[in-house]
Formats: sequence, C-alpha cells, structure tokens
Amino acid sequence: MPDAFLMALAGGVCIGLAATLLMVTLGRIGGISGIVFSAAKNPVVDFWAILFIAGLILGTFLFHFTSGHPIPAFKVPLPLILAGGFIVGVGTKLGSGCTSGHGICGIGRLSVRSIIATCTFMLLGFITVYLRLHGGVA
Amino acid sequence: MKLLMALLCGMLFGFGLALSGMTDIANVIGFLDLFGDWNPTLAFVMVGGILVSLPFFQFGLGKIKAPLFADVFRLPTRTDIDGRLIGGAALFGIGWGLVGLCPGPAIASLAYLNIDILYFGVAMMAGMFVTDFVDRWLNAKS
Repeated sequence: MPDAFLMALAGGVCIGLAATLLMVTLGRIGGISGIVFSAAKNPVVDFWAILFIAGLILGTFLFHFTSGHPIPAFKVPLPLILAGGFIVGVGTKLGSGCTSGHGICGIGRLSVRSIIATCTFMLLGFITVYLRLHGGVA
Repeated sequence: MKLLMALLCGMLFGFGLALSGMTDIANVIGFLDLFGDWNPTLAFVMVGGILVSLPFFQFGLGKIKAPLFADVFRLPTRTDIDGRLIGGAALFGIGWGLVGLCPGPAIASLAYLNIDILYFGVAMMAGMFVTDFVDRWLNAKS
C-alpha cells in the first residue's frame, strides 16, 4: 500500500480516537461544524470548544513541525473562497453537521440521518467537482 | 482537567487531519473527482475513523455510565429525515466541492497562516450565523 494510503488510514484512526476520547471525557460529539459554532456563539459557557479549536490548529502545526511534511498549497480565487465558505457554513448549520459529525461519529452511531446526510454531501461534492473540472462550468 | 482534555482531543484531531491529507485541497478535489481522475486516498480517512468510532459507539459507549468530566453524554436524538437535513447536506457538498475545504480542515489549516484560509473560515462562520439568525427569526414569528 502506498504511503499516502497508510497516512490517510492512520490519520483517520487519530480522528476516530479523538472523537471517541471527546465523548468519553466531555460527553460531546466530535463534529467540527457544531464545535466551532459553539465556540463562536457561547465562548464563555462553551470555553472547552475554544480550547478544542485551539488544539485543532496546534495539532496540525505539530504534524508539520515534527514530520517536516511541506505545507500544502492553497490557491483558490477569492470569490470562490468566499462563496464556498459561506455555502459550507449555511449547509452544515441547516444539515446539523459535516464530514466529522455525520461522516465519522454519525455513521459510527449508525444514525440513519447521518448516513443519508453523508451520502448527500458526498454525491453533491462529486457532482460539483465534475462540473467544475469537466463540465465547462466556472 | 475537562479543559485540558478538550485541548488534547483537538490536538489529536488536528494532527490526524494533517496526517491524513485532508488539509491539502488538491487531495480533497482529487477524491471528489470520482467521475474524472479519481484519487481514492481520502476514502481511507473515513475507513480509519469509522474503524474506531463504530465499535466505540456500538459496544463501548453503553458500558460507561457518564462521561469522565461532564454530567451526561450529549447525543443527537432526532431520527426524522427532513428537507433541512437533505438540503443542508446538499449545500455543504456543493461548497466542499467548490473549494475543497470542509469545516475541520478549514479550521485546522489556519495553522498554515494563509490569509485566504482565514477568509474561508470567516465566510463559513458568517454562513452559520446568518442561518442561525434567520432560524430564530422564523421561529419567533411562528
């Protein structure tokens, strides 16, 4: 198996362990869209969410710092960044979750809502990228 | 202790995201390019995550009475499938496909100190707050 596959698998295991540990210690679902919204909306009451977010950034820094893995490029036109970010925000709030909350935790709980949500956002992701790269759109 | 655990969980999560390749949008777009030049690598992130979360939620969680540093487990209780869930997930998928960032990697990538990623995060938070505001406004009216 190529290295990238092993890294993806190991990274996924880390994410699963982090979500498990968060449930065991704080009793919370490890869904980032929900946690980041809590951190921004009730920073005092949900101070734990601020620390989780700080950890998220620190953990990514630590990976690159310890492994020397180069920082990935991010070159996207600004209007696309703003539109994409806004749509992701609206969608995850309306749909009550994202890749982590629905995709990792929800599927782990065998929640029908999460399984349907995950299939839906994956399918729309596939279609959007197809149209962007091969459909002559934007 | 509770706050320290929150920080540690976040760190492990962030480390995992960067290790897995989820913070590299070229990887993400390659994974979402199923109908084109598909790069299946990131499917293994979900496999790895569920490999841990599924046994835990199905067999481990029931054996624990309460979280170590909180009163109760806060688990989602809704089971209904409605337009909000499908429509929201669909919108999220479109936004994910447009840029290649979902919320976790978007926040974790702030570590790269790239102003464009901050713009994405601000736009994402704006989307969440506008939705929350409209929601509460509609609820207050009805």
